[in-house]
Amino acid sequence: MSSTWMTTRAWLLMLPLLAVMLAVIGWPMVDTVRLSFTDAKLIGSGGAFVGFDNYLKMLSNSNFQRALYATTWFAVVSVTAEMVIGILAALLLNQRFYGRTVLRALLILPWALPTVVNATLWRLIYNPEYGVLNAALTQVGLIDGYRSWLGEPGTAMTALIVADCWKNFPLVALIALAALQAVPRDITSASLVDGAGPFARFRFVILPYLAGPLMVALVLRTIEAFKVFDIIWVMTRGGPANSTRTLSILVYQEAFSFQRAGSGASLALVVTLIVTVLAVGYGMLVRRTAGSAA
Amino acid sequence: MLKSMKKTLLGAALVAGVSAPHAFAETTLNALFMAQAAYSEADVRAMTDAFTKANPDIKVNLEFVPYEGLHDKTVLAQGSGSGYDVVLFDVIWPAEYATNNVLVDVSSRITDEMKKGVLPGAWTTVDYDGKSYGMPWILDTKYLFYNKEILEKAGIQAPPKTWAELNEQARIIKDKGLLATPIAWSWSQAEAAICDYTTLVSAYGGEFLKDGKPAFAEGGGLDALTYMVDSYKSGLTNPNSKEFLEEDVRNVFQNGEAAFALNWTYMYNMANGGEDSKVAGKVGVVPAPGVEGKSEVSAVNGSMGLGITTTSKSPDEAWKYIVHMTSQETQNAYAKLSLPIWASSYEDAAVTAGQEELIAAAKLGLAAMYPRPTTPKYQELSTALQQAIQEALLDQASPEDALKSAADNSGL
Amino acid sequence: MERRSLLASILIHAAALLLAAVIVAPIFWLFVMSISPAADLVARPLRWWPGTMDFSRYATLLSTIPNSAGANFVASLVNSILVAGMATVAAVVLAVPAGWAVSRTPSVGWSLSLVIATYMLPPVALAVPLYMALAAFGLLNSVFGLALVYLTILAPFTTWLMKSGFDGIPREIEQAAMMDGASLLATLRIITLPLAMPIVATAALFAFLLGWDEFFYALLFTSDQRARTLTVAIADLAGGRVSDYGLIATAGVLAALPPVLVGLIMQRALISGLTSGGVKG
Repeated sequence: MSSTWMTTRAWLLMLPLLAVMLAVIGWPMVDTVRLSFTDAKLIGSGGAFVGFDNYLKMLSNSNFQRALYATTWFAVVSVTAEMVIGILAALLLNQRFYGRTVLRALLILPWALPTVVNATLWRLIYNPEYGVLNAALTQVGLIDGYRSWLGEPGTAMTALIVADCWKNFPLVALIALAALQAVPRDITSASLVDGAGPFARFRFVILPYLAGPLMVALVLRTIEAFKVFDIIWVMTRGGPANSTRTLSILVYQEAFSFQRAGSGASLALVVTLIVTVLAVGYGMLVRRTAGSAA
Repeated sequence: MLKSMKKTLLGAALVAGVSAPHAFAETTLNALFMAQAAYSEADVRAMTDAFTKANPDIKVNLEFVPYEGLHDKTVLAQGSGSGYDVVLFDVIWPAEYATNNVLVDVSSRITDEMKKGVLPGAWTTVDYDGKSYGMPWILDTKYLFYNKEILEKAGIQAPPKTWAELNEQARIIKDKGLLATPIAWSWSQAEAAICDYTTLVSAYGGEFLKDGKPAFAEGGGLDALTYMVDSYKSGLTNPNSKEFLEEDVRNVFQNGEAAFALNWTYMYNMANGGEDSKVAGKVGVVPAPGVEGKSEVSAVNGSMGLGITTTSKSPDEAWKYIVHMTSQETQNAYAKLSLPIWASSYEDAAVTAGQEELIAAAKLGLAAMYPRPTTPKYQELSTALQQAIQEALLDQASPEDALKSAADNSGL
Repeated sequence: MERRSLLASILIHAAALLLAAVIVAPIFWLFVMSISPAADLVARPLRWWPGTMDFSRYATLLSTIPNSAGANFVASLVNSILVAGMATVAAVVLAVPAGWAVSRTPSVGWSLSLVIATYMLPPVALAVPLYMALAAFGLLNSVFGLALVYLTILAPFTTWLMKSGFDGIPREIEQAAMMDGASLLATLRIITLPLAMPIVATAALFAFLLGWDEFFYALLFTSDQRARTLTVAIADLAGGRVSDYGLIATAGVLAALPPVLVGLIMQRALISGLTSGGVKG
């Protein structure tokens, strides 16, 4: 069989997938770029060409800067926490103890819970008057009165991050656990004989096995965190005082509540650019860690 | 442009398996309501059932969304050829909806009988630029509710007549240890906060716009926010108010955890007669207070109307439904959670029975209703003001600076 | 296996208990709220266990009386099943040939990488043109329109999973069958696909869970019970006039039940799918 035919056949088999992706993702992407240079409204006229106006206005706009800051903060803190807790949970689950299988099964639960249900659940937990968190902390004596967790800028973002983290650390844990189980037993035993301490053993013996899979988890979670919309929409809608208004919420407001499709598109493209740069940067890191681990 | 595209693509859409219009003789209306203050979902469903019984050839699908989603849902559905036929809209939206061609001008459908029978103030809800974009349906303003039992225990004879007096009474209640934070408001980052703010603006004789430019950063507008911030910082206001919507205020009030609360009409009968209320029979209601030398009472126009969307394929049936929903008969029968728009209903013993106090407050409050600004850019103005209110409450900015930056960001 | 000291053993069990508590407590509380009488949920101090168990909310939400809150909820439940189901089937149908092609002809692999890279695009960047296009085609507020959009979220994932699955099936088996005179299609149908069935199932499961979870597009592109999905219905319920927190919790339990059950029963398949990408990296 000729390799030309093989390649042609492969393309033919790929065609349906590529066609759908091009029509429903490719074309809208291009159109978003076009819209970002116009003053188009969501409904009605096509809008006139305005050059880089939308971009210039946005960059000088304090709302954009604050949203960028909020998004970055959310992404960095939540992803870091998820990675750390996830790895610790995986190391724990890699030990032998009673109920290990049950615990591993439980790990699926938060991950399987729909994001909107998770957000709703945590909103109820944080309720300032009747929430279970206030009740529990007050009864234990950790706080002396009920607090407005989602009403204070200082705690609202943290509260959101906790909720996001609770749902997403299991993914990291499951990936790390699978990688840990791929570490050959004799390697860990050998290093034990060499007298390596537990931290050195983790750093030099186990971590190299984890590096690749964890990078993948890191990339996935970071991209997700930068795109965050659902959990914030349900829990705070960007409040209080816009302290949790992330870029995605800002784009929604601009394009759909205010119906300014043009400037909404320019904002959305900046989000896209940030995510792309991050992903490419991570990609290069992955390649390097993969190289050094091998 | 959308329209012409639609025609050429109609064939493709049909091939793609999109449901073709039903071949039934029956008309189906899709109506959008809110699940927040005023009539309850059960009330709206019951009113609608009466309509479909009388008009068996018309089917009505009801959709309930939170108030926060009402505007966006209405606007977004415009893009779909078969969106809503009837939508509930807030008094602040006709300007935008008229400018963007969302609602049908129904001026010619309104009869003289309606014009004469409905309270004049109610018409401001649906009118913009000399045209009517629907029928008023919910006539509402924020009242001051109080817990009679707590006031009695505190030795307070009569509810406050001024905002300053409210603070004095709340201080007495706090000092006597009856409640730690006696006043509840809805100051979440949402339209609810603007309604509380507007009530105070009307008390202080402030103005939102002067010659189309923001004027709320000075005078009464500034006094209003300063009052809110002082009340918050003094500890008389429940600090959780900053994340409350109306329903949270109701929950707190009917659990007996607030002596005073600012809320819409619907709270009266729910708190005073509701099964789940712990303060049933102890609820008092008066118009929101005034400011000495400036106003006797204060009120925000929080009314809402029902309109027909421009995408509706059955505007006649839609209007028929609206006429039913807004009729005096329907409104009198469901006058517990929202008061009628019809002037003569307020003299009808069947309507006033058991809620004389509310009717008395309504007569004063409804007459004093102060409008939020009328502008097609209301959503942006409101968003900027919400941020200002919260920044000032959270001590991130002084009331003056917060309002100034809101004026700059308002898009006006 | 190294031997552990008693102390280490205790620490490990304590940590395991803590982890289990952290995972289970919020979910358990969601369930408790759904069966607590409304008054218990606004009691201070809070009642930790309901005085009487009240399952009536489940009946309320699952009622089919026309034009009731329950009928609305059931309609969105059906919509969720329809949208996620259609998108899943379509995604698998696209993924099987594409995944096989990339697995057997690595030279076209870059196009799959490109497809997978679309995962980086935030939905807000596509929403405006998609909204306008769906409007033009009359596909707003339609389960078909929404399923089409979901397809583009699910297909990259399923294709990737299928590709790794086919990688694990030696091509020698296919070649042997072809030598015996079977056509390519017949070979795929009789030999390869049956071997790949576990992967197809895993991919379909994943796709369904992803579709079930989606919120943003559903929020924008649906307006009423003809297409509104469960996630939007719950967000509406939670944001609206519900004095009874238990009802919100009940809706949450009902929406979480299908994916959680699937997750627990199909655990092994899910974990292998989750990690296959990561481990082979």
